[in-house]
Amino acid sequence: MEKALKKWFPVFVLPTLAAFCVGFIWPFIQGIYLSFCQFITVDNAKWAGISNYVKALSDETFGDSFIFTVVFAFVSTILINGIAFAIALALTKEMKGTNIFRTVFFMPNLIGGIVLGYIWQILLNCILSNLAQPLLALNSTAGFWGIIILMCWQQIGYMMIIYVAGLQNVPPDLLEAAAIDGANAIQTLVKVKLPMLMSSFTICLFLTITNSFKLFDQNLALTAGEPAHATEMLALNIYNTFYARSGPQWKGIGQAKAVIFFILVVVISLSQLYATRSKEVQQ
Amino acid sequence: MKKVIALLLSLTMVVGMLTGCGGSSEEAAAPAPATEDAADAEEAAPAADGSVYYLNFKPEQDEAWQNLAAAYTAETGVPVTVVTAASGEYETTLMAEMGKSEAPTLFQVNGPVGLANWKDYCYDLAGSDVYGELTSDSFALTEDGVVYGIGYVIESYGLIVNKTLLAEAGYAVEDINSFETLKAVAEDITARKDELGFAAFSSAGMDGSSDWRFKTHLANLPIYFEYQADGISATDAIKGTYLDNYRAMWDLYINNSTCAPADLSAKTGDDSRNEFLAGEAVFFQNGSWEYGSLTADGAYTDDDLAMIPIYVGAGDEANQGLCTGTENYWCVNAFAAEEDIQATLDFMYWCVSSEEGTTAMANDMGFVIPFKGAAESPNLFVKQDTEYTAAGKVPVSWNFTTMPSEEWKNGVGTALTQYAADQTDANWDNVVSAFVDGWATEYALANGQ
Repeated sequence: MEKALKKWFPVFVLPTLAAFCVGFIWPFIQGIYLSFCQFITVDNAKWAGISNYVKALSDETFGDSFIFTVVFAFVSTILINGIAFAIALALTKEMKGTNIFRTVFFMPNLIGGIVLGYIWQILLNCILSNLAQPLLALNSTAGFWGIIILMCWQQIGYMMIIYVAGLQNVPPDLLEAAAIDGANAIQTLVKVKLPMLMSSFTICLFLTITNSFKLFDQNLALTAGEPAHATEMLALNIYNTFYARSGPQWKGIGQAKAVIFFILVVVISLSQLYATRSKEVQQ
Repeated sequence: MKKVIALLLSLTMVVGMLTGCGGSSEEAAAPAPATEDAADAEEAAPAADGSVYYLNFKPEQDEAWQNLAAAYTAETGVPVTVVTAASGEYETTLMAEMGKSEAPTLFQVNGPVGLANWKDYCYDLAGSDVYGELTSDSFALTEDGVVYGIGYVIESYGLIVNKTLLAEAGYAVEDINSFETLKAVAEDITARKDELGFAAFSSAGMDGSSDWRFKTHLANLPIYFEYQADGISATDAIKGTYLDNYRAMWDLYINNSTCAPADLSAKTGDDSRNEFLAGEAVFFQNGSWEYGSLTADGAYTDDDLAMIPIYVGAGDEANQGLCTGTENYWCVNAFAAEEDIQATLDFMYWCVSSEEGTTAMANDMGFVIPFKGAAESPNLFVKQDTEYTAAGKVPVSWNFTTMPSEEWKNGVGTALTQYAADQTDANWDNVVSAFVDGWATEYALANGQ
């Protein structure tokens, strides 16, 4: 078996590896190179040094969208994971129709971000208009909470499934032992279930944090950064830098922002992984 | 059973992939049909070395371009590929396509500002046959004696009027010949809105699908009159001399509309058109490109419709025509192979001079083209533009192509929307600041470095 694996290893790995290099590694290296250039098309670039990075970092809108994104990521991560975990707890209890509920909660995840964005835009605008409030395009507070609601609605079901799987994997003998020792429901949850669920938390936190930072479709469809860039997140800011102005210098600046963005997301998600991994317990 | 299904699935996938990839090359490789007689093929032989790849900007004309390309290939044997970018995705598509080895040989820019990106890629069209066919040099995109692009379609916009409804309200198109009269009519209709059952203006929606009508097209008027007054054709700092007129017009639009001003931020282009089609509004600011959708399925006939100039109370209103111009310039890729450039130039020339080309552009695409051999278009609004010009009215030129950036338009758009929701002087000051200060800032950002 071992031998066969070794023998056939390249055959199975090569196509994927080649695709990964062509579709990811090479564009990534080229992207880093382009962030130091002025260009319109990618194979006709002029070296411009670090000036792109200087301009990207001195761009106020980039800083504003970074702060907006961080606040958004913080709020949405807490809300999504809190609610998803609560629902997962409820749906692992013995009761009728849990499967139907799981399906229902999971469904929003199957709809694309752009579609969701437009649907929620209509819904929220109707509500705001009935409350005689300024509509989304003029209302950055509503815009912020709109994206939060939208993301919760979309992501809670997915995270819930992960937590449900985690909860079902808590060994029954542990729960039984806890019950015999006289632990109440809260004690069981905090002392037994939560530690056993740390691996689920790792993956869920990782997904929600990176999703929040990389959020683009929903942002574009729901608010498009209106009013006046007040609800513009990092990815949309990069997109706008690239396309909203003409002239070769902007492509390089957008590219430099994208590289900074990449480093940010990697640093944040790796430190989160490190922090939660260290709390995981081996069964 | 499972195996059969798996096999079928993978088959469909493979077929899908093959057709997906093969689409363009198949078309490009299509040989001249055998029915063609030898003499014709012989004649066209020199041009047949190259091929044409046209990246089309206008999705609504995609089919017509495909047909015209096929007809050209049938006639000359030169392969022509037409690819149309999705609406609003032209610049991104162009950027991707131009990076490929099989780059478009014929592409479009939208004017001087769009040209900034692509200047280095444009072949100098001075002296080409197609340039010689232009009825006026003003339709060429020229800088420092180099002809970078050629405008191939002339369009007009103004206030589209539902004459039937206007008559119901007791007015005729001829009654409106200035801002004052337009205002009087609109406000009278609003005063009797319940009794009449319709409003003056269809909603001035500020959703992304509609806001260009106001942040770009309507904003053209104050810019035009300022350029006229100062005798310039572009500027690095706009003064905003006619912004009060812009405000008066915007006030008129939003306060005599089908909906409350605060709801405008979410109204779309379709909303506005549908209101006009449903007979809920008399006026609809839009352009000659709307003719097709307004007359489709017999919704309106030429007798119901008219287009009048957008009077903002500036300049010589008695002699003001429709806003007429172009933001569609053909450019030839300077980096293409020499025979492809030649093939492209031949194709352009054929489109604007041959019987088949001009007919297709006039009838199938509904274009008025600024070339000597142009065929007459059945488009009512276009005909009206010709009538206005013949009657001595001066068309308002399209100066929004000199707006410094998309970002500038967005800034003005946001401020306009904000003002519509809450019509205070402070909010209008924000519009003025986005218009005037934003222009200087954006101009510096676009041209500074």
